Amino acid sequence: MAIDKETVKYVAHLARIELQPDELEKLSGQLHDILGFIDKLSRLDTSRVNPSSHILPISNVLREDKPRDSLSPDKALENAPVKKGNFFSVPKILE
Amino acid sequence: MELNQLTAHELIDKLKDKQANASAVLDAIYSRIEKVEPSVKAYVRVNDVKKPVCNPQPDSLLKGLPITIKDNICTEGINTECCSKILQGFRPPYDATVINKLKKSGAEIFPLKANMDEFAFGSSTENSRYGATHNPWDLESVPGGSSGGSAASVAADEAIWALGSDTGGSIRQPASFCGVVGLKPTYGRVSRYGLIAFASSLDQIGPITRDVRDSSILSQVIFGYDPNDSTSVKQDVPDFSKSLTNDIRGLKVGIPGEYFVEGMDAEVKTIIEEAINKLNSLGAVSQKVSLPHTEYAVPVYYIIATAEASSNLARFDGVQYGWRAKSDNLIEMYKKTRGEGFGDEAKRRIILGTFALSHGYYDAYYLRALKVRTLIKQDFDAVFKDFDCIVTPTSPTPAFKIGEKTQDPLKMYLSDIYTISVNLAGIPAISIPCGFTKKGLPVGLQIMARPFDEAMLFRVAHTFEQNTDWHKSNPKL
Repeated sequence: MAIDKETVKYVAHLARIELQPDELEKLSGQLHDILGFIDKLSRLDTSRVNPSSHILPISNVLREDKPRDSLSPDKALENAPVKKGNFFSVPKILE
Repeated sequence: MELNQLTAHELIDKLKDKQANASAVLDAIYSRIEKVEPSVKAYVRVNDVKKPVCNPQPDSLLKGLPITIKDNICTEGINTECCSKILQGFRPPYDATVINKLKKSGAEIFPLKANMDEFAFGSSTENSRYGATHNPWDLESVPGGSSGGSAASVAADEAIWALGSDTGGSIRQPASFCGVVGLKPTYGRVSRYGLIAFASSLDQIGPITRDVRDSSILSQVIFGYDPNDSTSVKQDVPDFSKSLTNDIRGLKVGIPGEYFVEGMDAEVKTIIEEAINKLNSLGAVSQKVSLPHTEYAVPVYYIIATAEASSNLARFDGVQYGWRAKSDNLIEMYKKTRGEGFGDEAKRRIILGTFALSHGYYDAYYLRALKVRTLIKQDFDAVFKDFDCIVTPTSPTPAFKIGEKTQDPLKMYLSDIYTISVNLAGIPAISIPCGFTKKGLPVGLQIMARPFDEAMLFRVAHTFEQNTDWHKSNPKL
């Protein structure tokens, strides 16, 4: 399957990554090559195979719904680039 | 021998018998770092850290023993940045479970972190914002990756032992390139709590050590169930010292034909064949086997690992930690932060993974990759019905030159061809030194075993090691 510059631009937007024009150019070519290599997978008949999202025979791991200690607001905010009071601060979302 | 050149088990004995003390061990490591670090560059942010004094740790097995930690494992109060600009200045408010366990065992967490490819994306430790680590055996070559700093620090005697992480070979391949021992435990053996996630269904933390005994000791400390990681497994951890028997008579060893094909370095091939002969001479019975879906492992991996990475790395958005670009608009702030904060390989993988998961491509790429993953796992299940372990090269070539593959990502991806299947199948594998090329570069032998049978790996690896001298060679620095 081919991937063109427009698709890369769109996917980069979905991934919230700003690409410079030279990056877009280079990446499109590289992703095209990588996907060409990956297309090898379409040679296999997988119609009767179940997918494995992980290899452990466990699912739905639950724990008791009991409160326990967690990070204090001060500690949780220690690494915030911008904070206000006990909150992370971001650019305005609503006008 | 200086203290920094000893194995951990030798130091444990010396410290116990009071023939050495903890601060002398740290001093020896620091003077080694002062001497060789300018050429090896195994550590990052070296100038930010003052020489530490020993912290009081509990009286336990590892009392006074320093351990080097990869830059993606959270250490409370010590910067953990995955060698990425986007995590610049991140100082975790908590310890990863493995760090907790090490501290409880008395170990000193070494305050300098080991270099790595950004977010563990790479096979050469060249994708670090701090620049490349150099292979102690040949300073113009890469140490492998992504745990290249951990492996190089152990090989260069700048560390006694180290922790790395392995998603597609990131412990075993650098161990092989640097002539040390690297173990990727069974998926679920070691808690991933506090390991900054790359691909959650593949990542495992594991030891990088000078010999197999050290690998078994460190595994004993870090293995085990952890309620903080829902994918860690409630499975007993055996006493691994009992696996170091120096006896492999009668063990059935599978040699997969698919691992000895084109692209393999001729010298590596000869060295691996000699190693297999050695195992046979020690009483193992080797036989050719088939893992028919081997050639699909790399493409499957680069779909699954990038898809999971694209999701895991969504958290780096300039809000909770790390670096933030200036902007008045939220979406623009995200895009600028991520555009400027991630390196080239990280952007490439996030975009590839986002593509594989996106509407219209999900079935053709992601779902298909998950199905082929099943086939790869079934290949191993079939062989392990009749065989105790599988032996292969760790890497198709010895260490390559710095810069040799940076312009061609696909070529770089193919250097993981022998290690990736192990992560997809979730099985454990170890890389041990098994020879040197004519130019003096180390070659690694990879041993794989059934899920949760690390004891088998230690048994085979230790027996090989006891009957060879490869692990005793040191680089001339």
